Amino acid sequence: MRIRVAHTTRYLYDAPVRWMLQALRMTPQPHEGQHLVAWRLETDADVRLRAEHDVFGNIVHMLQVERAPHELAVQVEGEVETFDTAGVVRGAVERLPPRLYLRETGLTAAAPEIRAFAQDATREAGPDLLSRLHLLMIAIRREVAFAPGVTDTKTTAAQALALRRGVCQDMAHLFIAAARSLGAPARYVSGHLVRTDTEAQQAAHAWAEAHIPDLGWVAFDPANGVCATEGHLRVAIGLDYAASAPVRGAVYGGGTERLSVSLRVADAAKVRSQAQAQSQA
Amino acid sequence: MAIFDEMHGLPGPDLPEAVRPAYRRVARWVAEAPPDLLDARRRQAELFFRRIGITFAVYGQADSTERLIPFDIIPRILSRSEWAELERGLVQRVEALNAFLADLYGPREILKAGVIPEDLIFQNPHFRLEMIGVQPPSGVYVHVAGIDLVRTGTDGFYVLEDNLRTPSGVSYMLENREMMMRLFPDMFMEHHVQPVEVYPDALRAVLRSVAPEGVNDPCVAVLTPGPYNSAYYEHSFLADKIGVELVEASDLFVRDEQVFMRTTQGAKRVDVVYRRTDDDFIDPLSFRPDSALGVPGLMSAYRAGSVTLANAVGTGVADDKAVYTYVPDIVRFYKGQEPILKNVPTFRCREPDDLAQVLDRLPELVVKEVNGSGGYGMLVGPKATLAEIEAFRARLVADPDGYIAQPTLALSTCPTLVEEGVAPRHVDLRPFVLTGAHGSEVIPGGLTRVALTAGSLVVNSSQGGGTKDTWVLDE
Repeated sequence: MRIRVAHTTRYLYDAPVRWMLQALRMTPQPHEGQHLVAWRLETDADVRLRAEHDVFGNIVHMLQVERAPHELAVQVEGEVETFDTAGVVRGAVERLPPRLYLRETGLTAAAPEIRAFAQDATREAGPDLLSRLHLLMIAIRREVAFAPGVTDTKTTAAQALALRRGVCQDMAHLFIAAARSLGAPARYVSGHLVRTDTEAQQAAHAWAEAHIPDLGWVAFDPANGVCATEGHLRVAIGLDYAASAPVRGAVYGGGTERLSVSLRVADAAKVRSQAQAQSQA
Repeated sequence: MAIFDEMHGLPGPDLPEAVRPAYRRVARWVAEAPPDLLDARRRQAELFFRRIGITFAVYGQADSTERLIPFDIIPRILSRSEWAELERGLVQRVEALNAFLADLYGPREILKAGVIPEDLIFQNPHFRLEMIGVQPPSGVYVHVAGIDLVRTGTDGFYVLEDNLRTPSGVSYMLENREMMMRLFPDMFMEHHVQPVEVYPDALRAVLRSVAPEGVNDPCVAVLTPGPYNSAYYEHSFLADKIGVELVEASDLFVRDEQVFMRTTQGAKRVDVVYRRTDDDFIDPLSFRPDSALGVPGLMSAYRAGSVTLANAVGTGVADDKAVYTYVPDIVRFYKGQEPILKNVPTFRCREPDDLAQVLDRLPELVVKEVNGSGGYGMLVGPKATLAEIEAFRARLVADPDGYIAQPTLALSTCPTLVEEGVAPRHVDLRPFVLTGAHGSEVIPGGLTRVALTAGSLVVNSSQGGGTKDTWVLDE
């Protein structure tokens, strides 16, 4: 699939910004299941922009602004060719040994309830780790209802499990915490998803990857109950949301910040055929 | 349990009043001085300290945020030969720990060799992934170390704890010496006491030696979390003694991966930051996002190699109490030598056999949280009530990985002036080891902490301990 992403983050301030620094994890890297055709990150203000790699191998753009006006926009535009690999992620940048991804974080601490949930959900699978993780993913999809607005970026996996409600981020955290408790290294993926059942996506997506001996990293999307498909565009990874968030920043001055995000993710082929259909009409 | 006294040695049946050679003159002075003279000197010292304003904040106490740490006027003395052995052991240990950190954040040979369980490092929150592949200037991670030593029975010194993050207490070492020289100038005429006053110069030289490559005349600054930090006095004291700026996070900013300090003459480039802010709070973009004590982008500048942080980020993985139990192996692995300084025999509660033994023997052991510090959250078995022991047992069973346990040590005592006169009180010793581009050195002396309550083994200033001047004789 050819996935086209157009993403604008607009910051509006009621006072001038004195200084601002942001770490942007918005640029994907290739692996066997995705090939970058074009990718561009731009801003409309006078900024310093420098790309570096973080410890997980993500591309991080450090964006620095001094004395900015009341408004700043960051625009991302790109096109990526993806292939269905049944969720297996090969050929990605790997800078850390898999076992490091067994590490707990605050957001993914394996509370006793999570350990019990993981055991219950996977009992029928026997010892095979891949089967167990499939069952875990299905159980999360079944037990945790998709409910925007109930949780936020600081909600932990244990809290989401107690609520039985949340968004893709919470389900990914729960999957990660539970998978680690089963002995599988697991990590968070932030990215985009093109759904085949609607025209275009308005929100970023998150899922998880778990490491399976002899197979490597496999991407599980508990919010949809599937392993990653060619509709999944993988952008950044980390131990949890906090480590892989698209934007992390600090601002001095600026007064109150208002943020507006517009995101459009679509199958490029469909966009083109629609455009053709429109021009023909 | 025979208790070693720093002045009198082990109690012997024939020589109850024997005096170790290093203490000969001081013992005579303590014995001959009229009690009210000693007390007058003690009060004089307290008055001086109040005037200087040297204070320490004690967390968890409602009555006062800052107070004076009691100072005892009877010095703790080490002979030259005792010190020579300690010095060799400390240098060996700190060199090994620096090599350990370089390895952990680099090739991880020690894990591949199976000397330390991988999980103990990988799962450790103080193993900072952000440091992987970062090479600090001159390969130094721990520029300032404070190694806590205790002496027991006849066995000599043991390392109780390595402090490799932002160890404090050196200001007391310096102030205590200054106080003693002021109160008892005669005693310094009679003894050749090795100077500790060289510390600020030595620290300045170390910090300058590890400046980023190509910087000839580095600008050094001391970064403090601010006046609410328990060791703020020390931060300002050191900045003053070294002759550099004391800055808070809001005084620093990062531009183009370089660190600058706001001054009245505009922005000034900073090359070396002696930071006394914990890793978690140093950069909200990399660590705790809610930290207002940090400098956004500092880690970016650090990773780019344009600034040196002392100590380096991520040193806490090497002074973790669980990793502590492996330090003798760490010394053997990197130095190819037997460790000169001994570790206290320690139970690893994460290992089932050890845990079973610990649970059996709780009333006689000291149990510590792996990630605790300063005497908070520990169990001293022999001093605990049955209820306290049972409460701790539950915590241990619930989270064995979180604890280690050690036998209750018969810490040595040193004569101390207390309410009822001169009496033995338990002491420890924290010498300071500096490491720069040209190697490690130990300042002859250190901070002797003393438990002022009779029989108490808890010397931490956060738990009401006092301090003494520590003399290393050059004779």
